[in-house]
Amino acid sequence: MMSDSSLVQIKGLKDGLLVTLGDAAWPVLQEALLNRVEQQESFFKGARLALDVGNQILKTAEMSALRDTLSERGIVLWAILSNSPTSESTAQMLGLATRIHKARPPEVQAPKSSEQDGALWVDRTLRSGVRIEYPGNVVIVGDVNPGAEVIAGGSVIVWGRLRGVVHAGAQGNREATVRALDLSPTQLRIASEIAVAPARRGSPKPEIVHLRDGRLQAESWTPG
Amino acid sequence: MTGKVLTITSGKGGVGKTTAVANLAVALAADGKKVICIDGDIGLRNLDVVMGLENRIVYDIVDVIEGRCKTRQAMIRDKRLPELFLIPAAQTRDKNAVSPSDMIRLCDELRQDVDWILIDSPAGIERGFRNAIAPADKVLIITNPEMSAVRDADRVVGLLEAEEKSAPSLVVNRLNPAMIKRGDMLSVDDVYDLLRIDVIGIVPEDENVIVASNKGIPLALEAKSRAGQAFRNIARRLNGEQVPFLDLESQGLWNRISRLAGRR
Repeated sequence: MMSDSSLVQIKGLKDGLLVTLGDAAWPVLQEALLNRVEQQESFFKGARLALDVGNQILKTAEMSALRDTLSERGIVLWAILSNSPTSESTAQMLGLATRIHKARPPEVQAPKSSEQDGALWVDRTLRSGVRIEYPGNVVIVGDVNPGAEVIAGGSVIVWGRLRGVVHAGAQGNREATVRALDLSPTQLRIASEIAVAPARRGSPKPEIVHLRDGRLQAESWTPG
Repeated sequence: MTGKVLTITSGKGGVGKTTAVANLAVALAADGKKVICIDGDIGLRNLDVVMGLENRIVYDIVDVIEGRCKTRQAMIRDKRLPELFLIPAAQTRDKNAVSPSDMIRLCDELRQDVDWILIDSPAGIERGFRNAIAPADKVLIITNPEMSAVRDADRVVGLLEAEEKSAPSLVVNRLNPAMIKRGDMLSVDDVYDLLRIDVIGIVPEDENVIVASNKGIPLALEAKSRAGQAFRNIARRLNGEQVPFLDLESQGLWNRISRLAGRR
């Protein structure tokens, strides 16, 4: 059996700890982590913890159980880093961060994503406090409520009401677009340009926003 | 008996969580149910004050959880309703004195011999909130018809969805029909439009709520009070009865509200 120390690696960050888990079944990893916490109780007490779970696919129940268990030991789990989109979206649902600055090499400049590249499919309404980050295109079937954020490397389609913040072409792609059935965002960004939506003109209709001459422009969108 | 655990929460502070807990508890108990309220706001307790039981506190929830007393010893019986009890929060500790699993354990113990366990959640979405929702079978979200409260309610709905709790119900508190008519306040429709969760109650604004809370006599005990009536109606709906919404304004509003109720 592998020792705990090879399964649980701890690194200090400027504002907390980064724990990287090795490769093993989740219950084993969780136990290894909790053992480590117990052995070094005073070291961990009050710590802010970011957890890199590698390729683990974690369900909500598993992640929230771990968060609660850690919290009972005075440890704040604030971020989950993962290579699995499922685990990332679980973390986002629970309001945990999925990026810590500088701990991972910055995302390689994503190749300019064309609209055919496939997309992250989100089949629910994003409520306040949810942040979705994805290097490619994002399709949301549902609303984006005020206080929710979608940060995409490519384009964004909201099949519903867009009332939160969307940043398309976040890595600099100026060809990215934002489309919504009802476009009334708190704020829109494409590449490095920012716009605040004008007041509603008449009843909602599908609209598409492009970046033209350094400005965000909305026009009506007729799919197809 | 297997009692249901109902947690009342809001995200934002000051929207009327504690008032709602006290009134729903009183209304349920007056209806013959056995009810225990738990004040989840450790460090800033005030459910005891609103219920008029402050001077009877000997033990609190932290004493129960840390084993300094039996659960029964921390249950304060209401002065008016013999089937209503309160487990007060500790004032001299903080939220970290209790964990979500402590709350689940406590509620599982209490469930055996009551109909309802009502938990008053603190404002916010941190430890105290997580303690309060951990044991919940059902969650009521209280909001006011104002933007900031609705935003926070939306955040809480999202967190509950993430925790895979059953869909929460909404109480819109402090509605002022005259202000809505002038276009100065969000209507129940506007609130529903954003949150899209089942509306279980609409409570009109009522100055007497403050008077009642100062006196420690929940309004639901007063037959004439409109807000009290609204809370009594919510209690009946919680017990599965179909109760029409109050006619808060003679024309218009009732139609819109009944439409709302029919929507889901």
